[in-house]
Amino acid sequence: MSVRIYIPRDSAALAVGAERVVKAFQAEIAARGLDATIVRNGSRGMHWLEVLVEVETPAGRVAYGPVAAKDVAGLLDAGLLEGGDHPLCHGLTEEFGWLKNQTRLTFSRCGITDPLDLDDYKSLGGLVGLERALTMTGAEVVMEVTDSGLRGRGGAGFPTGIKWKTVHDASGPQKYIVCNADEGDSATFADRMIMEGDPFVLIEGMAIAGIAVGATKGYVYLRSEYPNAILIMNEAVEIARQAGVLGASVLGSGKAFDMEIRSGAGAYVCGEETALLNSLEGKRGIVRAKPPLPALEGFLGKPTVVNNVISLASVPVIMEKGAQHYKDFGMGRSRGTIPIQIAGNVKHGGLYEVAFGLTLGEIVNEIGGGTLTGRPVKAVQVGGPLGAYFPVSLFDTPFDYESFAARDGLIGHAGITVFDDTADMLAQARFAFEFCAIESCGKCTPCRIGSTRGVETIDKISQGIEPEKNLALVADLSNTMKFGSLCALGGFTPYPVMSAINHFPDDFRPAATLQAAE
Amino acid sequence: MNVHVKDDVSARTLEIVNELRSLEGPLLPILHAVQEDFGYVPEAALPLIARELNLSRAEVHGVVTFYHEFRNHPAGQHVVRICRAEACQSMGGREIADHACKVLDLDWHGTTPDGRVTLEPVYCLGLCSTAPSAQIDGELYGRLDRETLSALIKEVRQ
Repeated sequence: MSVRIYIPRDSAALAVGAERVVKAFQAEIAARGLDATIVRNGSRGMHWLEVLVEVETPAGRVAYGPVAAKDVAGLLDAGLLEGGDHPLCHGLTEEFGWLKNQTRLTFSRCGITDPLDLDDYKSLGGLVGLERALTMTGAEVVMEVTDSGLRGRGGAGFPTGIKWKTVHDASGPQKYIVCNADEGDSATFADRMIMEGDPFVLIEGMAIAGIAVGATKGYVYLRSEYPNAILIMNEAVEIARQAGVLGASVLGSGKAFDMEIRSGAGAYVCGEETALLNSLEGKRGIVRAKPPLPALEGFLGKPTVVNNVISLASVPVIMEKGAQHYKDFGMGRSRGTIPIQIAGNVKHGGLYEVAFGLTLGEIVNEIGGGTLTGRPVKAVQVGGPLGAYFPVSLFDTPFDYESFAARDGLIGHAGITVFDDTADMLAQARFAFEFCAIESCGKCTPCRIGSTRGVETIDKISQGIEPEKNLALVADLSNTMKFGSLCALGGFTPYPVMSAINHFPDDFRPAATLQAAE
Repeated sequence: MNVHVKDDVSARTLEIVNELRSLEGPLLPILHAVQEDFGYVPEAALPLIARELNLSRAEVHGVVTFYHEFRNHPAGQHVVRICRAEACQSMGGREIADHACKVLDLDWHGTTPDGRVTLEPVYCLGLCSTAPSAQIDGELYGRLDRETLSALIKEVRQ
């Protein structure tokens, strides 16, 4: 029987040479006349080991990484096809601690299956949730999701079931499911990974949402910076249609649901749900005032569920195993698991799905292994460009929505960026304003003007011009932006700015900046 | 010559509009298709799209100019996009970005005089765990350093 070699087609693997590794294997297999097949899987999420090559053996899959094209001949010489030992060998993948200690619910198949093989998907619990949902009433499905405690994984943390109930109860001949796949936050790649590694789980989640609230049409608004994800999602939708998972009669139930993939056009603000809806309608991606809620007047003015990729991709496992199973993980009001994305200057970067409640310090030092440069950690930005910078003194903060909010931060889409002690926090605060200025949709004044004035004021501080007065001005400006902006772009930009100022005051002192300038 | 180009744009734009007009919210898919075809969104295409979708020219112009992705002139033969977001910054992304500007002797959004390379910033390619990263045409690159970037740029300049 042909031996199966798994080489990811995830962007993180492609970016470090997966295609070259595939070509090298193909060449060696042909030259040596070996009986081996290459399967392109998703990523396991251990990105420091990419390109992670796995080989199927009777004992299970054996992992090798990080593999470069030049290593391939040596690996085959060492008996890779039998799981042979080699300096790059990590033994059985399933026994690898970093992976074994996770609780993979949403990402249970990611990295294991061929993302475009529907039979592979079904063999590991795929479509069980949808089949169950089809035997229930819409209200029962909504109740199950509500009971699971699932909250919006895009960042706002709004209870998914309550949003669904509003749409379910709204009347109207046409309702929509819109998936927000405009994952623009730096440090986040969970959406990309699931779309590239297990696209059917998102399709199934959207179909369940459609069945639950009575929507027959869904859209995935996918950012154009993710061409690989767009390609895979489009193929997966077509396969699902052919197999009757999507279409006029979902799995033969007589209930209709179909979906389309739509590409964004490079506007960060379109990750905000109302800007996203405008963009989907073909307008400028400008934020809408709420109310009306999108749940009542969303896409084209119709009742619309707008959910993040991970929220929707978590629904199948909730329907498969039941609300209680999901709810049993987590802490406080943060139930279930969260795919933490560990990024930046960190030894073990990647995706780690785990129940809520680990402390930030455990995530950075134990799971992440500290900085890649080996220098001390200075700051950790949690929640993307609109998230706060946390100092090491706050490493005891548990990873859940409320604990981070209590410390003037947010978990956002659960991406964390680690910085070592060479980071200049004044530069980071300036960048937060600069990014807001570049990406502001321009509708509200605090965000449109405030961001530019913020950059100018920080520049004055760095030049040593009336630093005390200008710091007070930044604090006042931040307050105006926080409470006066229409959406989270202007409203949350103060988080990185003020956390940098409050936790790292030395970086803003004129003496320090003058010294640095000399 | 110009007349022919304009006719080409009109004919092809009309084809694209007719192919996609039945979509809900067809404007972005149409603009993407036009850009895919011509490498940019020609000014001449806008009045036509506006007329066919029953929008004002101002509305279509507003949409095209709102999004970073749409160009109003052709890019160079190769597009080098350097990620400038936080995760890349934490791994020396600022130095990589400066290095790209220096090697190409370009500012952001600039194109080399020979028309070979356009340099653009990008705010996150989702490769934050293998930072710093870049995209050159369709290809993604992670764990970049100056030497690798120089070599890649040299390749596309030839």
